[in-house]
Amino acid sequence: MAAGRIVASASRFVHFGTGSVIGGRVSLLIDRNLLAELTSSREVAIVSATNGKTTTTKLLSTALGSRQPVVSNWLGANMTPGIVAALATSNATDTAVLEVDERWVDSVLRATKANTVLLLNLSRDQLDRTQEVRKLAEQWRTALTATPPRTVIANADDPLVTWAALVAPRVIWIATGQEWTADASGCPACSGRIDFVGSEWSCASCDFKRPSIDVTVDDNTISIADQSFRAPLALPGRVNRVNAAFALAAASAMGTGIEAAFDALDDVTEVAGRYRVADFNGTKIRLLLAKNPAGWHEALELLEGPSTPLIVAINARIADGHDPSWLWDVAYERVGDRLVIAIGERRHDLAVRFRYGNITHVVADSLEDAMNLVRQSPNFDPTVPVDVASNYTAFQEHLEKVGGVL
Amino acid sequence: MTTSPRVNPTDSAVRIVSLYPDLLGTYGDGGNAVVLSRRLEWRGIAVEHITIDAGAPIPDSADLYLVGGGEDGPQVQATRELELSQGLHRAVDKGAVVLAICAGMQILGHRFPDATGTSREGLGLLDCETVRVDRPRAVGELLTSNAHLTTPHGRIDLGPLTGFENHAGRTIPGPNSTSLASVEVGEGNGDGSEGVVTGTVVGTYLHGPALARNPRLADALLEWVVGPNAMSPLDDSDIDALRTERFHAARDHELAPRRSWRDILRRS
Repeated sequence: MAAGRIVASASRFVHFGTGSVIGGRVSLLIDRNLLAELTSSREVAIVSATNGKTTTTKLLSTALGSRQPVVSNWLGANMTPGIVAALATSNATDTAVLEVDERWVDSVLRATKANTVLLLNLSRDQLDRTQEVRKLAEQWRTALTATPPRTVIANADDPLVTWAALVAPRVIWIATGQEWTADASGCPACSGRIDFVGSEWSCASCDFKRPSIDVTVDDNTISIADQSFRAPLALPGRVNRVNAAFALAAASAMGTGIEAAFDALDDVTEVAGRYRVADFNGTKIRLLLAKNPAGWHEALELLEGPSTPLIVAINARIADGHDPSWLWDVAYERVGDRLVIAIGERRHDLAVRFRYGNITHVVADSLEDAMNLVRQSPNFDPTVPVDVASNYTAFQEHLEKVGGVL
Repeated sequence: MTTSPRVNPTDSAVRIVSLYPDLLGTYGDGGNAVVLSRRLEWRGIAVEHITIDAGAPIPDSADLYLVGGGEDGPQVQATRELELSQGLHRAVDKGAVVLAICAGMQILGHRFPDATGTSREGLGLLDCETVRVDRPRAVGELLTSNAHLTTPHGRIDLGPLTGFENHAGRTIPGPNSTSLASVEVGEGNGDGSEGVVTGTVVGTYLHGPALARNPRLADALLEWVVGPNAMSPLDDSDIDALRTERFHAARDHELAPRRSWRDILRRS
């Protein structure tokens, strides 16, 4: 453990960013059981999903942090090495809230024997390098069977997540109202067809269906254990009310009073730069992260508008996936009359998508050029932040331009 | 070779059917219907786009059918449903044009491998067979030369075809088919050719929204249906810019555009 701490410090010293991966890599070579040792005397919660895991990890850390010391890897180094590095510098008994990559749930759960597991959603993402979402759901199910946690908090409106979570001894089911269902049309139990009718869903061929609900989320309230809490939170949108519901349900399961937890969430205004409103060359911008169709489905709902110009940035590096075909699974037509400016290394892919969506658009070579075009637009209102919606590596570039992670 | 399926091309909307997007449509395949619909609308030609989910009856009187790509399990399920329905078979008999993408191409052939590698019977609408080969999955940019389609209106040169491929099979065209193009960069069918054409059925490994990057392929399919006189030119400047960039990316083997060690560290 001391070795891990030294390596993490050394890594930071030589400016490998936050030191969260290099330190962990070497640590793992020194002791493959380090993660198990590091978590042997602390309470652990695991958060995994395709979308929202960083935000929910931050919200749960904050909710628990009002009562106890909490350590977390919420900066996004979410595989075993990054997790080890985050834990190596904490006190051995601090509660750990761990964001875990979808593919690493089994290995992290086996090592940590986490008591609480939050499973938010599963949808298509970076298909050129990751696995079919159905296989991920099966892996999660296997993981929860092999190492049953005390409590699983799961999305009752995502049939793939439901399939995985059903094997757990105790599940708190959240009615998320998830609208993206394109990856769950085939029943994970029998390959039959899942029918979505109103808020319910069920398989046409077997008895797999939406479980009975414990927590609900609507436009104004989060209802949990017979108590209702008024949204809004500081973070925008329905998707963040859902993330908050997961955090509150988990905090409650882990013994923190819901009211204290809820109050703490008000202090979260951004998560690793997501939703940050910042000054960029004299104009206000708001940073949004949207990196796959389900994420875009939520992001399009949050846009400032209805006619404020929008900047969209898409890269296709290894962390983004090399194939931006998924842009055609996004209903960009929902931007309506906004002028949309395409930037990023795959801006021409965006331009073609917008052209076929009959969307008013222009291509720019950089965020600076895009902002100049925004300022010249007749619909530019300096009092309204300009949304800059980016996928993973493009988001990191833009975040660095406005001061990086705070 | 069949003639244009439209009895009276000016009389009614062009009918485009997307087959089973709930099973076959993992990689933005829905984009192809959008591309075809817009290119008709921009030319003042009415279009009716119909989406048929698995299990629903397939109309056999439409002009153009789209079959997308998908994962191993849904691919087998789609084959079963299409075989049961026979709607696509009847439409092809009537001369309808079909574009089948990746897994869609594989299942329209005589045989294809399932998730376990077992060879399964396909729909027999494309004269080809797909087999499992012992090599890494083909994932990356695909660029072709010599692409063309021969329709009742003559041979249409398609220019270079550009796209992304992501598949494990090797496809062997049969004697009653031609390939769509020759591979310049990438894997394609696995023998230097790319895609399979049997009559009015066109299959390709250019996956997902293949027509978005290839407007001449889109227009060739439409010309098959509405005839060459209706194909007025369109402003494709956005698309030309993308194509030029992708030609360079493929020829430079730029699988990872400006990928830096910091990207790898951040997410590895």
